Amino acid sequence: MPFLTFFQWCSNTVVGTVIRDSTWLFPVIETFHLLGLGVLGGTILIVDLRLAGFGLRRVPAPELAREVNGWMLGGLAVILVSGVLLFLSEPLKCYDNAFFWIKIGSLLLALAFTFTVRRSILGREPHLVTARQRTLVAVTSFVLWAGVGIAGRGIAFY
Amino acid sequence: MFSLLSACQWLEGTEWSIAIHESQWVYPAIESIHVLGLCLFVGFTLVMDLRLVGVALRRAPLLKVVAQLAPWIRGGFVVMLVSGALLFSTTPVKFYGNVFFQAKAVMLLLAGTNAWLFHRRAAHLTDAERADGTVPGARLAGTISLVLWTGIVTSGRMVAYNWFN
Repeated sequence: MPFLTFFQWCSNTVVGTVIRDSTWLFPVIETFHLLGLGVLGGTILIVDLRLAGFGLRRVPAPELAREVNGWMLGGLAVILVSGVLLFLSEPLKCYDNAFFWIKIGSLLLALAFTFTVRRSILGREPHLVTARQRTLVAVTSFVLWAGVGIAGRGIAFY
Repeated sequence: MFSLLSACQWLEGTEWSIAIHESQWVYPAIESIHVLGLCLFVGFTLVMDLRLVGVALRRAPLLKVVAQLAPWIRGGFVVMLVSGALLFSTTPVKFYGNVFFQAKAVMLLLAGTNAWLFHRRAAHLTDAERADGTVPGARLAGTISLVLWTGIVTSGRMVAYNWFN
């Protein structure tokens, strides 16, 4: 069980112990995690909707993606750092939690998809991409990220 | 005598409230909808506010951005309001006495007033303003909105903790 050994090591880190022993650190980090969710989820959703032909139609999808890219990356950084901190405070609870593993799996898929296929479609000239490709990318992105969010919420109820 | 507290007490005794409260999966399911609705509502509000403040989408006309985002923001708000009201109805007396909930309620009223004032101003532009494509006070309205919604999400998360009760 190489993972279990690693998770036990995480649990004993100074950061993990400090967060676990504090009353207010966990809620505060959770709040950052939630604010990061609003920014990351919102900027992904607004571009996905635009790809599917809805929402901010005044702005071409590649331009919209460029304009919100910094916010998306900032939201991602906040949610990843706060997520790792939350994890360090209770790794052994996560280890036994099916939702945690589903979340990590969908997160890796969502990240891989966002920074390869989705990025490449958004980087192309609009007339080189068919409407069907755009919709397919939008729906895939939405499903993958919604999976991360739902599984993440599920961790607390396992 | 009618009071907010007695209304909360009445609500807490309804079969409706008890049914959600006692169900093992209804509460988490509504909470998930509330949190995912946040992406739609807060995320789109963020983009609109950034345009109002003038740091994003500067090449797109302000009123067009507002017009195209507003229906989604309104839809997202309905999702948040309905799911939020359902969550509230499970333990209204506890919410009523929670300082984070009280702060959230006040900030919600302020954010609503801010949005209402902005939209009212945008609906009564002079010809010169319309030609210019600007709404006076847009920058201020966007800033206030960003600050208030950050506060609302923060206090909303903190409602789960009863530190000051």
